[in-house]
Amino acid sequence: MSKAIKKVIAEFLSEEAKVNKDIVVLCSDSRGSGALDPYAEEHSGQFVEVGIAEQNLVGISAGLASAGKRPFAVSPASFLSTRSMEQAKVDVAYSHTNVKLIGISGGVSYGALGMTHHSATDIATMGSIPGLRVYFPSDQYLAEALMKEFVSDSEPAYIRIGRNAVEDVYADGKLDFTMDKAVTVQDGTELTIIACGELVYEAKKAAETLAAEGKSVRVLDMYCLKPLDTEAVLKAAKETKAILTVEEHSPYGGLGAMVAQLTAAEYPTKVRSLTLPDAPVVTGNSADIFHHYGLDAEGIVKAAKELL
Amino acid sequence: MDLRAKAIDIRKDIVTLIHHAGTGHIGGDLSVTDILVDLYYKQMNVGPDKVDDPDRDRFVLSKGHCVEALYTILADKGFFSKEELQSYSQYLSKFIGHPNNKIAGIEVNSGSLGHGLSIAIGMALAAKMDNRPYRTYVVLGDGECDEGSVWEGAMAGPQYGLDNLTVFVDRNRLQISGTTEDVMAQDSAEARWASFGWNVLSIPGNDMDAIDAAVDLAKRTKGKPTVIIANTTKGCGVSFMENQAGWHHKVPTADQVAAAIQELDERKAAL
Ligand SMILES: Cc1ncc(C[n+]2csc(CCOP(=O)(O)OP(=O)(O)O)c2C)c(N)n1
Ligand SMILES: [Mg+2]
Repeated sequence: MSKAIKKVIAEFLSEEAKVNKDIVVLCSDSRGSGALDPYAEEHSGQFVEVGIAEQNLVGISAGLASAGKRPFAVSPASFLSTRSMEQAKVDVAYSHTNVKLIGISGGVSYGALGMTHHSATDIATMGSIPGLRVYFPSDQYLAEALMKEFVSDSEPAYIRIGRNAVEDVYADGKLDFTMDKAVTVQDGTELTIIACGELVYEAKKAAETLAAEGKSVRVLDMYCLKPLDTEAVLKAAKETKAILTVEEHSPYGGLGAMVAQLTAAEYPTKVRSLTLPDAPVVTGNSADIFHHYGLDAEGIVKAAKELL
Repeated sequence: MDLRAKAIDIRKDIVTLIHHAGTGHIGGDLSVTDILVDLYYKQMNVGPDKVDDPDRDRFVLSKGHCVEALYTILADKGFFSKEELQSYSQYLSKFIGHPNNKIAGIEVNSGSLGHGLSIAIGMALAAKMDNRPYRTYVVLGDGECDEGSVWEGAMAGPQYGLDNLTVFVDRNRLQISGTTEDVMAQDSAEARWASFGWNVLSIPGNDMDAIDAAVDLAKRTKGKPTVIIANTTKGCGVSFMENQAGWHHKVPTADQVAAAIQELDERKAAL
């Protein structure tokens, strides 16, 4: 099965808005790309369209939250994590307003539209803001589990999701979820692959290929980039021989950088990171781009073998 | 050259290119085509032999998603070949879905809306500082004018008396989610820009003669920048695309391309 995470989020919010009248969804001419047309029709009184104005989007969300609402600001991750970064820093995180920033069409999912539309630095930028949590869900079940937390908790957060439908990492009802704890997708003893977002599925496929060749590989779904599940990382450092991180993000300030920083201080371990380059990516769709930079299952298998 | 005939040929190439690539922003391409044709074939001092000429006119497509219209014209003008452009949006192509200045003829990268006006102001200011004769042109979308940064630029243009700057607002009254008036009202665009101190011209934006006359008038206006509110039709020239929000970035099927080309040919014959 596969499903676009934006649909899961939109459907969840549609249901939730029926019982929680404080839920407000805000868009910046991004209603269609957020799969929010049904929500906007059903809950017009709990929907705010600000036009192509991401700073206004986040500022208004902060004001709504400070007046007791539960705003979910939905906008392309590229613009949300850059144009409105100061609003996220000051009006949301610093003022501690309960705004959920939902970055859609994230990473390189806009493909050939190019760097203006890619969000390859958002773990670094949004994660560096004190008080702002960062989540990259991997599939529909994980996204739903996160949404259940987000409608009831009181802390701001940034969530990045992709544009396309993603294959399920977990079987229906089989996700063993504890908030802010990495999910062990598969256990193993020789190597740990830590991945986030859409690439968890590629890591899982890679581990299956390696298992067929007799290699025991652990796969962790680190959907919680901040707060990072440090316990799971250190456990992996102690129990397996090396760590391979996989992320749809620049080499700087992302998952690999955080894992390396943590292990270097606490339990020095060989860490290798598969990332997007520190450059505009090649032209192509996300599958092309993942393949080009060795972020797909094939590339992960290759890098894993070099570590094993 | 009959600029109206040229604009029709360019439209045919745009529709074909987007179908071939399987991606593109066809509605906004067709609404801005006449403006680009007047600028590139008549008004601007630009050309493949002048890409590094310090006195070339400067152009910024701030509504960068309409790059297919720009690429088509740059290819036709010989900045690069039409064959090369066939790789548009394909794996490893240098032609991506927004303007990129690795491509000959493109000055600055755009695609994130709300940047172009400030950049154009910088270019126009530099011309004043260096006493250079070039003019700077920028095209904004009307939805793009939702961005606050546009209005920071709108304040700065008259502040510096930039009469060497001409701004077009492609006032097609549509953005992605529907009409501009429903999403975030822009009326009266004319009154807004006038209140910021601009010389404001409001024209039928797909009328070649009106565009050309407005650009001439802007050149003669001293002491302040000119904004031309071009009242255009999104999807202009292909009736089933006209004024339809859905054609913002839909890709035409082979049958739709054939119908579009037939209609454009008929319009050309009727000129
Ligand atoms: C900062 C930013 N936010 C959002 C987008 C996504 N986007 C691309 S085109 C578009 C609508 C533009 O409407 P308009 O400016 O009226 O252009 P036109 O109608 O001429 O196509 C939007 C929201 C973007 N490119 N940049
Ligand atoms: Mg428009």
